[in-house]
This record gives sequence, structure tokens and C-alpha cells, in this order.
Amino acid sequence: MSGKTLYDKIWEAHLVKEREDGTNLIYIDRHLIHEVTSPQAFEGLRLAGRLPWRAAANFATPDHNIPTTRDERSQGLAGIKDPVSKIQVSTLDDNCSEFNIFELKMNDLRQGIVHVVGPEQGATLPGMTIVCGDSHTSTHGALGALAHGIGTSEVEHVLATQCLMQKKMKNMLVRVDGQLSTGVTAKDIVLAIIGKIGTAGGTGYTIEFGGEAIRGLSVEGRMTVCNMAIEAGARAGLVAVDQITLDYIKGRPFAPAGEVWERAQEAWRNLVSDEDAVFDAVIELNAADIEPQVTWGTSPEMVAPINGKIPDPAAEADTTKRGNMEQALNYMGLRGGTAIRDIKLDCVFIGSCTNSRIEDLREAAKVVAGNKVAESVEMALVVPGSGLVKQQAEAEGLDKIFEAAGLEWREPGCSMCLAMNADQLGEGKHCASTSNRNFEGRQGFGGRTHLVSPAMAAAAAIHGHFVDVRELG
Amino acid sequence: MPLDRANVDTDFIIPKQFLKSIKRSGFGVNLFDEHRYLDKGEPDMDNSNRPLNPEFVLNLPRYQGASVLLARDNFGCGSSREHAPWALDDYGFRVILAPSYADIFFNNCFKNGLLPIVLDRKTIDALFQEVEANVGYQLEVDLPEQLIRKPDGTELGFEVDAFRKRCLIEGLDDIGITLQDAELIRNFEEQWRTTAPWYFTTPEGV
Repeated sequence: MSGKTLYDKIWEAHLVKEREDGTNLIYIDRHLIHEVTSPQAFEGLRLAGRLPWRAAANFATPDHNIPTTRDERSQGLAGIKDPVSKIQVSTLDDNCSEFNIFELKMNDLRQGIVHVVGPEQGATLPGMTIVCGDSHTSTHGALGALAHGIGTSEVEHVLATQCLMQKKMKNMLVRVDGQLSTGVTAKDIVLAIIGKIGTAGGTGYTIEFGGEAIRGLSVEGRMTVCNMAIEAGARAGLVAVDQITLDYIKGRPFAPAGEVWERAQEAWRNLVSDEDAVFDAVIELNAADIEPQVTWGTSPEMVAPINGKIPDPAAEADTTKRGNMEQALNYMGLRGGTAIRDIKLDCVFIGSCTNSRIEDLREAAKVVAGNKVAESVEMALVVPGSGLVKQQAEAEGLDKIFEAAGLEWREPGCSMCLAMNADQLGEGKHCASTSNRNFEGRQGFGGRTHLVSPAMAAAAAIHGHFVDVRELG
Repeated sequence: MPLDRANVDTDFIIPKQFLKSIKRSGFGVNLFDEHRYLDKGEPDMDNSNRPLNPEFVLNLPRYQGASVLLARDNFGCGSSREHAPWALDDYGFRVILAPSYADIFFNNCFKNGLLPIVLDRKTIDALFQEVEANVGYQLEVDLPEQLIRKPDGTELGFEVDAFRKRCLIEGLDDIGITLQDAELIRNFEEQWRTTAPWYFTTPEGV
């Protein structure tokens, strides 16, 4: 009998009941909650007269709707100008207090994007099953946890039963061997993977990311990769546990301590796929071949290396694909054959659950230090992923570097990744963004998003168009 | 109604500004908002006065009242927002036909009485041609028999998970079903707490 994958192991450990029809009851260790996808679930509980099964398994923070300017944030809930957004944030506060759920409120120093805050607080632990009404829950797989997004009906289901009804996914291994060249980051790895397998390439699978280049990433970098597993169609991404994982977790507030920590880390060391485990699909990339990546279209798979060109739709044989490319280029106001370097930017956004951790901000700051934002760039935002990331960045003087260069230093939240708050990309504007989705209208009505790494976004801010960050001094 | 576009994402189906609602209904008027209307939609707008995009398929007179949505590959990709199936359902769609769907969206449909059916690409291509060539083209979808009947009388079979089919037909409450196993869950939890106590610790003051 062949060995087990990491996914097989976590799945089996959480199996409460196997049904004959293949739907299984899976126990959920951690449920993360934010304000957008939870109100209807809490309302459902109330209507049915139900209580949370295990209130302590839940962890909430508002992130999508909250303002990011210092002035607005200092006013608390009153600082949220949009009345509908304000109701959503206050509804989360009310629900958490009614159902006795732990919440990091908007102005708590530890508040932030739920996928940054969970790991930061140690609420994400290896081997856990983690769900949240948010597709980027895949982020937490970086710590060897089985984590994925769910809809609001399932949010209610997890609140009420601590379980989910699930079918097992297939196993995919994406192995990135070799070493990254300087200036190439986790973001470029994952964009290159999506470019290779497509946005539906991982549908039906749980992807384990492995290989030398993944092992060489920090936990922050692994989070960037797992975060975008969903952009490859996979609900969950995973990275095996190693010493880097354990070092990251030790001492965090929700992590175990003392004797329990010792036992836990012994158990967690087994959270790797067996040598002889069989994957249903294996994809291989060589890290040395990966250049800084830039998306040119309206799907993350529409991506090209910095020294490449936008592909010409006329050269595409598949008519559906050609139609999609034409639609995308029409929306983006771009033409096939244009060099990626010639794409001009109006805006820069450094933030989101993909790239707003301290390491991301350091990379961006290194590029902007001593430079000025190009005159043609109208708006350049840096939005840290949490209050603690912000505090750390300020302790290192990164805020001063950004501000001296002409970038705005904001308060933590989802911000212009999906523009549910006031941070929105204008119609027809091109934005170099460290976020995860370049869908039409995602960052603002008619906005044109180019997904890149933090260093590439920072370099674009300085030059007003895309440049190869490896060529900068 | 044929929506001839691959990778239709959840932002396309229902833009984020409408996700601010704390209700579960009323999303139908904002289904495909950025394509259906010519102006930028906001949650508190009177949608009846907004300029319609006459070229968008949803606005074509021949597709008014449609309840079957014909779509392309990877329909519903992107976010986990259940507002996407809520909007489709609220508008009046009951069935979606596509070669493939994003996993989370597919799952969310069943929780809302919406039936996403997978058909192979060739069949979907043929349906696109037939619906476009024939005004008033209708399909009959028979879930108990797992059959789609075409106007010419031919039938197409489709697969659906047995448990989900039962839930759709009988309108079962998922949570109620799971709670029938409450004792099993409690037993699992007790055992798990012993095996992996580190998942049950909370910091002081929480």
C-alpha cells in the first residue's frame, strides 16, 4: 500500500463520519469570521434558536469594509462614512458579543486582515482544519493546516455543528525545484504556476506545494503561494511542516506553550507527505526559470514575464480562448504584442492578504528607499496587513521610507484589493497591485489591475511603468 | 440564456458593493451589474431608472424570464461569496449548464436550491448554437429522472450527487441532518481533545 499525502493525513484525522454516498462529516478546528459573509449565518442561527457548537473555536475580525485613513480610523465606527458598511461592521461586533465569540475589533492593535491575523496570533496551527467565509482561507495552508473558503450557508453549518459535509478532493503536487534568482519572490512563483496550469488547473484538487524553492521560503512567502491556490482553482493549498513552520509558531498568543508545545511539535513533525505517497497529478517548475511576473488581462492566468509581451489573440487557435483574450484586452485598453515594460501605471497598491506582511513591506521599502514616486502615478497606497505588522514596520522606519518617496501609509484592512471601502481604483486607471485578483471591476468600477510582487509594484511606482526589479541597483 | 464567456467570476456575477447587505435576498436586480447596466451601481440605487446595456444578453427581449443559464468553463470562479448564487436565484435562474464550475461556487449553489449541471463541451457548444438559432428555445430539466429534454424530444442525461439530489428535492436542512449525528460529533470531539489538546487551548483573557 502506498503512503499518504499530507492532505490524506489531515483529512483522515478529522473524519467524524463516512457516508456510503461519499459525503463525509469533517470536524473543523478553527473557524475564522469577518463581517461580509457572516451576518446571514448568525441570523440563521438566531432564527433556528441554535447556539455555536464550540464558541472558542471561532475567531473574528472586521477587515473588508473598514476605512484605512488614520483620521477615519481614529473616529471608530463613526469614521465609517458608508452607512451600509458601518452596519455590517457593527453587526459583526453585536453577533460576536451575543454569541460569545472572540473578536479583534476594528481599533484593536491586533486587528487586521483575517488571513494575516490568524497566523500572526497563532490561531492557525499545523494539522488543523480551518475554514472561513472567504476564498483566500487557503493562505493558512502555509502552516500545514487544511484550510479553505466556504459560503455563508456553510459558515452557519460550522457555527452550529463544528463540522462540514464534504467530499474528499484529489491530491496534486506542485514541485518547484531549484533556486529563485534575486528579486524573484513567492508571488512570482505562484503567478508562474497559475500561468502554467490555468485558473481551473487545480479545480477538484488540494495542492501541496513542495520542492527546494518552496522549502526555501519563509512562512510569509509560503502564505503568499497558498493564498493564490484558489486562483489556480484549488480550494486549499498546503506546505509540509518543517523547522521554519515551528519557529514561526512558537510563542504566539494562541499557540500552545510548555509541555503541550513539546508534545504538539513532536506530532506536527509528521505533517509531511510520505516518501511513497501517490499524487493524482504532479506539476513541476524550475525556480531558476521564473522571472518577475505581471498580469496583463482580467484573469490571473493572463500573465507574462516582465521581459515578455502581451500575447496576440490572433495567434490563439482556440476560439473561446481568443474571445476571452480579446474581451480582456478590450477591457484593459491594451493591445497584443505590447511589451510588458511599456504598460504605464496610474496607481500602485501594496497590501492585501496576499502581500501585506512585514517581509512584503521590507521588500517594497528597499526598492523605494531614496526614490520618488513618478509624477504620472496619481495614487500609491501601502496598507499593512495588521496593526502588529504596521507597528513592526514603523519600528523599522519603513513608514518614513514610503512617505518620503510619496506613497501613502495607511491603517490595516483589505482596502483596494476588493475596494469594499473607500479605497477604489478609478475608471480606466491602471494599477500595479500586490493583491490576488485582476477581475473586471475588482479594484473599482472600470479599474484595470496588474498583479505583481511587492518589489515589482514598488519599482513601478517609481518609474511609472513596469521595470525589471532585478535590474535596479 | 446563453452567457458565452469562460471564467465568469463572482465579481462579474455580483460586484462587491452589494455584499454589504446583511440580508439574504434582493440581489437579483444587481445580478451581472457591471455588464447589465451602463452606469456604476450602488447598493441604495433605484435600479428601475438605471440605463440598461442593450447589448448584454440578459437584457435581450428574447431571454426575458429565462430560468436556465447556459455558461462556459470554470463558471463562478473567484470568491466564496454566496451572494453569487443568491443573486442568480433571486433573479429567477433555477439551473445552470456548463462544462465546469469553480468548486466553492458549485457547492454554494446546492445550498440555495440552484442546480449546477455539468455537461461535456461538445454538448454545451451544441446548446449554444441551438439556443441562439431559435427564439423561445426551451429546455425541461427533470431532476428526479436526471434528464434534460430538448424541444425536439431528445434527452440528455446528467450526473448529480445522490445526497445533494435528495436535499434539493426534499428541501432538507443540512444543519438538521448533521445534528442527527450530534452524539457522534461529541464523541469525536472528546477523543480529539485528548489526542490533540493543542487545538483546544485559548490564551488567558479570551
